Amino acid sequence: MAVSGVPAGFELRRMWTDERARSALFQVLVVLGLALLVAFFVSNTMANLQARGLEPGFGFFGDTAFFDINQKLIDYSSQSTFGRALVVGLLNTLLVSALGIISATVIGFTAGVLRLSNNWLVGRLITVYVEFTRNVPVLLQIIFWWSVLTGLPKVADSLSIGGALFLNNRGVRMPAPILENGFGWVVIFFALGVVATFFVGRWAHRRHMATGLPFPMLWVGLGLLILPALIVFIVSGQPLDWDMPERTRFNYRGGFNVTPELVALWWALSTYTGSFISEIVRAGILSVSKGQTEAAHALGLRPRLTMRKIIIPQALRVIIPPLTSQYLNLTKNSSLAIAIGYQDFVSIGNTVLNQSGQAIEVVGIWMVVYLSLSLATSAFMNWYNSHIALVDR
Amino acid sequence: MRSIKYLAAALVASATIGGASVGHAATLDDVRAAGILKCGINTGLPGFAYTDDAGNWTGFDVAFCKAVAAAALGDGNKVQYVNLTGANRFPALASGEIDVLSRNTTWTFSRDVDLGFTFVGVNYYDGQGFIGRKSLGIKSAKDLDGASVCIQTGTTTELNLADFFRVNKMTYEPVPIETNEEARVAYLAERCDVYTTDASGLAATKTTFENADDHMVFPEIISKEPLGPLVRQGDDQWADIARWTLNALINAEQYGVTQANVGRMMSGTDNPEVNRMLGNEGSLGAMLGLEKDWAVNVIKSVGNYGEIFERFLGTNTALGLKRGQNALYTQGGLLYAPPMR
Amino acid sequence: MTTQPFFRQQSELLAERPPPAATSGVIGWVRANLFSGWLSTILTLLGVYMLWLLIPGLLDWAFFDADFHGDDRFACTSSGACWAWFDQRINQFLYGFYPSEQTWRVNVALALLIPALAPILFDKMPGAKHLRWFSLTYPVVATFLLIGGVGLEEVPTHKFGGFMLNVTVGLAGIVLSLPIGIVLALGRRSRMPIVRVLSLAFIEIFRGVPLITLLFVAAILLPMFLPPSFSLDLVVRVIVVVTAFASAYMAEVIRGGLQAVPRGQYEAASALGLGYWKTMGLIVLPQALKISIPGIVNTFIGLFKDTTLVIVIGLFDVLNIGRTMIANPDWLGLAVETQVFISLFFFVVCFSMSRYSVVLEQRLDTSNS
Repeated sequence: MAVSGVPAGFELRRMWTDERARSALFQVLVVLGLALLVAFFVSNTMANLQARGLEPGFGFFGDTAFFDINQKLIDYSSQSTFGRALVVGLLNTLLVSALGIISATVIGFTAGVLRLSNNWLVGRLITVYVEFTRNVPVLLQIIFWWSVLTGLPKVADSLSIGGALFLNNRGVRMPAPILENGFGWVVIFFALGVVATFFVGRWAHRRHMATGLPFPMLWVGLGLLILPALIVFIVSGQPLDWDMPERTRFNYRGGFNVTPELVALWWALSTYTGSFISEIVRAGILSVSKGQTEAAHALGLRPRLTMRKIIIPQALRVIIPPLTSQYLNLTKNSSLAIAIGYQDFVSIGNTVLNQSGQAIEVVGIWMVVYLSLSLATSAFMNWYNSHIALVDR
Repeated sequence: MRSIKYLAAALVASATIGGASVGHAATLDDVRAAGILKCGINTGLPGFAYTDDAGNWTGFDVAFCKAVAAAALGDGNKVQYVNLTGANRFPALASGEIDVLSRNTTWTFSRDVDLGFTFVGVNYYDGQGFIGRKSLGIKSAKDLDGASVCIQTGTTTELNLADFFRVNKMTYEPVPIETNEEARVAYLAERCDVYTTDASGLAATKTTFENADDHMVFPEIISKEPLGPLVRQGDDQWADIARWTLNALINAEQYGVTQANVGRMMSGTDNPEVNRMLGNEGSLGAMLGLEKDWAVNVIKSVGNYGEIFERFLGTNTALGLKRGQNALYTQGGLLYAPPMR
Repeated sequence: MTTQPFFRQQSELLAERPPPAATSGVIGWVRANLFSGWLSTILTLLGVYMLWLLIPGLLDWAFFDADFHGDDRFACTSSGACWAWFDQRINQFLYGFYPSEQTWRVNVALALLIPALAPILFDKMPGAKHLRWFSLTYPVVATFLLIGGVGLEEVPTHKFGGFMLNVTVGLAGIVLSLPIGIVLALGRRSRMPIVRVLSLAFIEIFRGVPLITLLFVAAILLPMFLPPSFSLDLVVRVIVVVTAFASAYMAEVIRGGLQAVPRGQYEAASALGLGYWKTMGLIVLPQALKISIPGIVNTFIGLFKDTTLVIVIGLFDVLNIGRTMIANPDWLGLAVETQVFISLFFFVVCFSMSRYSVVLEQRLDTSNS
């Protein structure tokens, strides 16, 4: 505020009274204080590390691990390095998160829609399920499902489906595909099918917008995805073999094994996150005003079409943001694998930390990886929100 | 700097009551100032660390904690027991959360050299073995190709297991678990075919089985597992105190000093070694920075090595372990403590 | 040509008749709600079948066939649940290793929580103004009661365990995170770029990492960040990281509350000549906090459930006490009973809190509009 007669030069008093100067000074102080705090912590850490004779650094990633991992997606042996062990753990985390997200979404949407149905009994049962899983700690649920799965029949009494799939308390063992030489062509034609589907879909959408003519995109798309790959597969002599599980003295060997730890973790996370998602879905569908349904019916749209074209797109706007944060919670909750012995990123990091003693580096890696996952999800959510944002009038 | 100190203090107002110690660098002084010894023990291993009916921790490893407390503070009951899993035992010792770790830990090169600890001796010579059901129908661990093996993560047993199967060109499925209790649950549910850990741990676990005769410990001992207590590197005086407490226990057994007769022997015996140990001659206590009767307190508190072994692990207990390698060298074992002179 | 009239003249009203049996009363309700279509019918039948399979078996196991007394598991000879451990070990589940003569202090601290919370949640209470001073000093009072010091026997924190530990960590986390969360929320909305960036970074970092990694930081890294001869109890370190974790979530809740305060309030405060801090302290924050209370309660419920994670770093919370108990040969194999008990306890506490927060939300909705 300019007051006549006061020279517009620098006065110390302005440090206090001028808001811009005050905020600048405050920010400088904050930065200084933070720098001092960080310096304090770093110097303490250095002193402590020196006293113990430990050296910080990421060189230990190249050291041999000497321990084995049972559930792994890539090759790994006890002669592999610590770095590779951590990669195996990260892949395990991503695996259980991806599986969990898919099944939690299915469970959540089903439960949410069922809760809104006319059926009183089903509605009450879903309510009991939702309230119970939401109010019991997820760690308890994970341990509970693991105890249930450990109670499955022992190896000698395995349940078998078709002689190819075996279910016992050591896991689900299924045939694993062995890809032979010609399979590369199948993959190439599948990729071409995906591209073709994309372009056909875009063309069909444009035609629909311009002329209103419908196009059976679902069937055409499925056909484009499957048929070329299938034809090439048959023509090149079916280059796919199966590694069948066979019974040896202790276990089944061969094939692909899904351990009960993975299944327990996956199932517990799905039901837990699914209950939160069902509430979100319910709130989303309820948020679409009844007038929309009535107007759609007045226009002559049948209920199925109403749901698909009118209700769901509007409900999705409300559902997607909390949904992505639930996905993130699921990914973070997968770190509880350490409690039941599923070797995910945190669990293997813990073993590495113990065997190598490099605690700071391992914990730092944990933070960086989980932060990247959460920032990626937030970025996606922001993009999606701006993509479908309602134009405010 | 002051504001940061205030910040730290304001955040943790109960720290001073909760046992913070400021200023001294020597562990003995810290322990004396706190008036209590912080000792790291297992979360639960029959015979070595378990709770009695009254809820007090007791056992073979716990007895060593009591011994060190008796040496440093004069009273074997002044111990704060910190239960540690295999995963957090080393960080707890490194960070100062505990003063001594007595948790059936194997003395290895990397732990001694790389992780920055000092082992003060071996109080149990052990080896790694396997336990499995007799109904499996095999007699040797070399027939375990393809088996599922329960294994505690973060231990030397994990590494030895990998080596054993690799060298013998066998494969196995590891079932990772955190604690002994989880291992037992998984093993009994037949989630795994065999459980591997130190032979003493196998004996301890076997005592908790309902039909112990259905299970057998395989004859192969696949590694050397010298179990002993450890302290942090860099404090030689404290390491000496812990080391010579262990040696005092072994020497006491060798010279026949027991919990019952130490009171009598305190006043003087014919054996100069005993007199030096119990403080009648020489000044061993002062050299360690302790009182004259430090060893008397130790033996009064827990007895000598043989008594401790018999009380918790011996043939009269559920574990029923024989002295074997853990007998005195005069009786064919490996226990040989340096002279107290 | 006269034709018969096609209507009938009536001079009185026809008597009312009840609606058709198939559309009213019990049958009508059943038809509409349980069997309204083929899918609905199938679901109803499935549901009834499931209930018929589960409920009698569950009740038998839990109550009718169960054993309630005994000294060890061998006293439980029936096929149902074994609850004999309950009266022997219930103290351990509730108080951990807290000395049994001193557990009255825990009870007093918990009982005092109610008058400490009441004036915050019900501001129409008589005497609320004075009780608010008590609310402010309650954390110190509770700490003193639990840990001891002058006059009361000292109980070291490593003896905390069981539900007491869960409640202590959860409550301490929430209470301490409230002021930090307010500061962070204000910082996030600040016009000063450095403050905004730092608040944003703090919130994103602590919301983006799993609580387990933060617990490992507390157990392993925090001691390294402190001066070599300064050591803190593990429980205290856990409370520090749980507070930081809760502050990030609290900041988001309060930010939502701040956004819900109408812009007119800020403008009116400006018009009255109130500066930033006076506006915040006297006008905006009271309203924002009132609006955020349901969110704060939800954050507390989530945090309370997450306190079970301390089992991973070896603290003896209620889940770990259960695990240790079944490792004792006296009580082997009772995993199911202990899990059921712990789950029920958490369910009752969390469910009542969430019901209460729904009631609060409805009351705040009506009072604001």
